[in-house]
Amino acid sequence: MTATTSRVNPNVSAATARAAAKAANENQPVTFGKALNTALADGLVADNSVVIFGEDVGTLGGVFRITDGLTARFGADRCFDTPLAESGIVGMAVGMAINGMRPVIEMQFDAFAYPAFEQVASHVAKMRNRTQGKLSLPMVIRIPYAGGVGGVEHHCDSSEGYYAHTPGLKVFTPSCVEDAYLMLREAIDSDDPVVFFEPKKLYWSKEQVDLEQLAQEYEGKKSAKTEGRARIARAGSDATLITYGPSVSTALAAAKMAAEEGLNLEVIDVRSIVPFDDETVCASVRKTGRAIVIAEAQGFASVASEIVARVQERCFHSLAAPVLRVTGFDIPYPAPTLEKYHLPSAERILDAVDQLQWEA
Amino acid sequence: MSADASSARISEVSKKFGITPEDYMLPARHMINLLNPDGSLRPDNEQGTEPGHEYPLPSPARLMEAYAALVTGRRVNDQNSALVRQGRMAVYPSSHGQEACQIAAALCLDDNDWLFPTYRDTVAVLSKGVAPMEVMTSFRGEWHCGYDPKAYKCAPMSTPLTTQLLHAVGVAHAAKLRGENTVVVAMCGDGATSEGDFHEALNFAAVFNLPVIFFVQNNKYAISVPLSHQSAAPSLAHKAVGYGMAGERVDGNDLMALMAIMTRAVRMAREGNGPLLIEAHTYRMQAHTNADDDKRYREDSEVQAWIAKDPVTRMKAYLEDAGLLTEETVAKISEDAEAVAKTLRDGMNQDANTDPRELFEHVYSTKSTQLAEQQALLADELDREEA
Ligand SMILES: Cc1ncc(C[n+]2csc(CCOP(=O)(O)OP(=O)(O)O)c2C)c(N)n1
Ligand SMILES: [Mg+2]
Repeated sequence: MTATTSRVNPNVSAATARAAAKAANENQPVTFGKALNTALADGLVADNSVVIFGEDVGTLGGVFRITDGLTARFGADRCFDTPLAESGIVGMAVGMAINGMRPVIEMQFDAFAYPAFEQVASHVAKMRNRTQGKLSLPMVIRIPYAGGVGGVEHHCDSSEGYYAHTPGLKVFTPSCVEDAYLMLREAIDSDDPVVFFEPKKLYWSKEQVDLEQLAQEYEGKKSAKTEGRARIARAGSDATLITYGPSVSTALAAAKMAAEEGLNLEVIDVRSIVPFDDETVCASVRKTGRAIVIAEAQGFASVASEIVARVQERCFHSLAAPVLRVTGFDIPYPAPTLEKYHLPSAERILDAVDQLQWEA
Repeated sequence: MSADASSARISEVSKKFGITPEDYMLPARHMINLLNPDGSLRPDNEQGTEPGHEYPLPSPARLMEAYAALVTGRRVNDQNSALVRQGRMAVYPSSHGQEACQIAAALCLDDNDWLFPTYRDTVAVLSKGVAPMEVMTSFRGEWHCGYDPKAYKCAPMSTPLTTQLLHAVGVAHAAKLRGENTVVVAMCGDGATSEGDFHEALNFAAVFNLPVIFFVQNNKYAISVPLSHQSAAPSLAHKAVGYGMAGERVDGNDLMALMAIMTRAVRMAREGNGPLLIEAHTYRMQAHTNADDDKRYREDSEVQAWIAKDPVTRMKAYLEDAGLLTEETVAKISEDAEAVAKTLRDGMNQDANTDPRELFEHVYSTKSTQLAEQQALLADELDREEA
């Protein structure tokens, strides 16, 4: 990059202005959305083959503003709007990935990714395999998902199960600001297609994170740090709450309440649903002997079911109680006024904790 | 690119031809047809051409090259159908009768241009340069497509209808962003034009002004369903105008017309005039695949009537009349076709030697712990079986 003067104050260099801005921001918390936005921008800087497209991602910056400012900064060749056609967006991304690009595409909402499902299941997931490794598809499909934001009908699905069930896809879902940045960078750099689930309710959540330092660390290492690795969100010893995405904060809240009653719960954030980190999850359950899996998605035939099965197969002799699930009910996602009855709550998690056969 | 810019592009092209944008986008009133079924050249005023819809005749050398490929294509179709009957291949969707379309689609492209074929386009894939046994890999029941798409600039044959058209759009878009002037031919059938991805692909290609030629082989059937149940449009080529691109109809059993149209289409696309839709009128002479029974939905007399329109005999008659086919060239052409057929026979008569352990190798760029465990499980089973 060439040295330019700051647009805000032409008398100082851009570098000085950035340093000053950084100092001023040092103690400013960063939102989850800003972390994603920065990861996209840094991805565009790092690799010329990265392109971003989707519905309203250009001038508007996306309905959640995750692509805010990218078209202005990088030009319409790097970040652009498409016609309204989700299959078209994914299918075109497949072709661009075949021809040397790294598309990062946005599905506007979880339920509006369904028109693209054929492209995802039949091509995105299978291209590497059906070409014996000759064609890889380095692409990211970003999907804002899950509830807790009072969204109207068709705006709150937890659809991760459909994708996790499909071999050939990687499925990531960050639950904290640091992971939002790091996991998206990793997804962009991955040579496999990644379906990247962003919990909508976290977009505006804030944490004290130094993104610039994170970026430097990431670019220094570039090795996978989050892919296939679960995160211990809270260390504990009495039981393990296994969860991901929007339910991590709920599980942490439950753990806090339990602590007041003298129970020390461990909370595992799966974060990389595929590939799945059996090791971290099972090590925790073997240590505590009790586990509950928590997810917003309907429980039947879900990611939560899979985790229960894996834990049970691998940790049977360490278990003091059956592994339980706290998930959404097996009903279509309810209206905004009723979603609180559907979503796993800290109280419902604690009720499940009570059932973990403590009397022994 | 905005819609306004797209229509500006269309009016600019039409101006070059001295016609209105509508006349440029709408197909010519009649389909383009240069040769009669008996191989005689149609008079200028009966070729279906109009101002802006003119197609120079291909050179004799080009026609001879295409004819040689046509003969090989027919031989390949018939050889493969025989191999299916002998149980050496699971399934083969033959393009018998459609070979002229197959040849033109591939031969009009340069080496760096991409082809996106369907399951019926074996002959086009061969003509793009893919080695015969590589082309046949998936039909013999293998788990992968058999060739390196990047090496040949030829995508794997696509079965999910019209999904590949969007990939074609993406390949063209990537090339355009890098300033390369790659042209892409994207193939599909008449029935497939009802699919959503057909619409999305044509719309994207037009909005982003991409050099993609959508090449529809209208063989009148989608398995058992006739075209009248797929579309109420005046023709499939007429669909182009709704997207802001030009459409054209061509006799799909007339290799000369196909070469003429596709050559101009590729030139137009390469010059930045945006996408095109070509509808080739042909006929599926055989059942959908060997597994289908076409007696259940069409009269044999209908099939018989198309024999007279055969693309191979038609082209041969023309070349003979034009004095281009010597005894020597005829012998050479059929020798080359025989050689390909022999390669297929020899290859297919050997059992595919697939190691099931490889099924885990290419799911991801690096094998997950879980897949490694499952691979070990299968390997253990196989080891015990072999012991
Ligand atoms: C999305 C999808 N739906 C259904 C099928 C099953 N199918 C395979 S070929 C075919 C008919 C296609 O007809 P057409 O597009 O006219 O091509 P043709 O087979 O005549 O070459 C159908 C229905 C499929 N392959 N993909
Ligand atoms: Mg058909």
